[in-house]
Amino acid sequence: MPYIPHTPEEVREMLDVVGVASIDELFAEIPDELRPSGLDLPAGMTEMAVRSAMEGLASKNRTDMSSFLGGGFYDHYVPSASDMLISRGEFATAYTPYQPEASQGTLQAIFEYQTAVTRLFDMDCSNAGVYDGGTALYEAVMMAVRHTRRKTVVVSEAVNPIYRIVLSTYTKNLRLTLVTVPHAMGADDMAALARAVNAETAAVVVQNPNFFGVIQDFTALFTAARDQDAVSIISCYPVLQTVLKTPGAMGADIATAEGQSLGLPLSFGGPFLGIMTCRKDLVRQMPGRIAGRTRDAAGRTGYVLTLQAREQHIRRQKATSNICSNQALCALRALVNLCLAGEEGLIRQAALSIENAHYAAMRLSSIPGVRLLTPDAPYGNEFSVLFPINGKKVARALMDQGIVPGFPLGRYYPGLENALLVCCTEKHGREEVDRLARRVEKAL
Amino acid sequence: MIPKDLLYSKTHEWAKIEGGIATVGITDFAQEQLGDITYVDLPKVGTVFEAGQEMGSVESVKAASELYCPVSGEVVEINQELDAAPEKINADPFGEGWMIKVKVTDEPDDLLSPEEYAEIAQAEH
Repeated sequence: MPYIPHTPEEVREMLDVVGVASIDELFAEIPDELRPSGLDLPAGMTEMAVRSAMEGLASKNRTDMSSFLGGGFYDHYVPSASDMLISRGEFATAYTPYQPEASQGTLQAIFEYQTAVTRLFDMDCSNAGVYDGGTALYEAVMMAVRHTRRKTVVVSEAVNPIYRIVLSTYTKNLRLTLVTVPHAMGADDMAALARAVNAETAAVVVQNPNFFGVIQDFTALFTAARDQDAVSIISCYPVLQTVLKTPGAMGADIATAEGQSLGLPLSFGGPFLGIMTCRKDLVRQMPGRIAGRTRDAAGRTGYVLTLQAREQHIRRQKATSNICSNQALCALRALVNLCLAGEEGLIRQAALSIENAHYAAMRLSSIPGVRLLTPDAPYGNEFSVLFPINGKKVARALMDQGIVPGFPLGRYYPGLENALLVCCTEKHGREEVDRLARRVEKAL
Repeated sequence: MIPKDLLYSKTHEWAKIEGGIATVGITDFAQEQLGDITYVDLPKVGTVFEAGQEMGSVESVKAASELYCPVSGEVVEINQELDAAPEKINADPFGEGWMIKVKVTDEPDDLLSPEEYAEIAQAEH
């Protein structure tokens, strides 16, 4: 299959129809400052060299290790029924349901997904899902910018650093000001966040639990934001929402999440699912697809895509967002998982994960010289631990023995070079945690 | 239907200026082109606009369009009834479907007379 499908003659023909002389003229309205100065690409390689380079990269993948990695992506158990249900032909072949004639079954599945996540987060509305947690957070920020017509966004440094990079990359040319409020040794600095929110603020962005694993109640901050007519945005970990104070209960205006933990396999990094929910009065700012339930002329229940008037196939450059695909199959997987587990199952999954993490925290912090980063703060199934030596060194020593003990926080947080972010799920038994603790103690 | 006592913009808004206050809405032609209106996003009271500036948007079952403020000035009142009953714009665009009231600081020279607007609406029809 040729990846450049147009011959020079076809390009010429299209330009003639449009009525421009050249490709450059076609893109003339893109301002100079937004054009790349050049693409920094290496010289060409032979097929053999490319294959060997790719195989070199692929051989770095490992699936046989005992992993305590979290940081936004979690190794929860995926029931076999989930694979069976989502690989049914009616679903597995479904690309983004973009057309009004999308099948009723697909639309009903999306509608039920929306219903499930709005209940989980205690919010009014959900869309059909976007690419991942990072882009969901970016879209939430843009909803706030459009709604408030303000240009400054206050972001806690305790929000997942990968999401913050997505945010700064996507907003680089949008003349927005991102104000990052430093964390206070792993906790969100509530007083500093509240001080940073003023009459210029479009949104305040936080995460629960935060990147360090700390659980917090943002109710007071969100109230302060409301007083300034700023939008409160929270990114959260879906599985834990069954046992934590929900975004809705805290008074959040928009709640987003990485949906991977709801039964999506880690798969070396995707595809994942961006969950977006909001209060009803913001729903018209919501990008992407929304499925609605209605009645047809004969009074039968039917499902339709709704609120599409602001989408790019109608609004072109004035569209709410350029996001045009949803993750229909990933959203379906999340729905299947939510339905299989049910409320009790989810609570049990969250509680087991938390129990295992608390056991791990107790074991690790009882090693001489090792302590928790935020010993007094509540945490869920993830916590930050400080070693007397560089966290990367600990990680390297254990990886040689088949254990990934956690994520070295120094990569994104200067000053925390000795810290690891450690995560447990329901899959980590006591024996696995005991082995981790023994090996860590030896490595120090 | 193009009332004689109003001024018009090329972007299909109307303005009725009385005692320094302009009442603003969209024309019968605009509502007819949009179809059934489902939602209108209006500015907040106190917002200051230059003539021609985007002031909000109107959404129908088939499209969403920007609204442009035909005069310069400060928004002193918005039609809050449209929030619950946007269909008033379809039913009575020049009356109950009014959108905002603006305390006028400047009225641009290029607002159209009913006759001039009739030509534009005719051409776009």
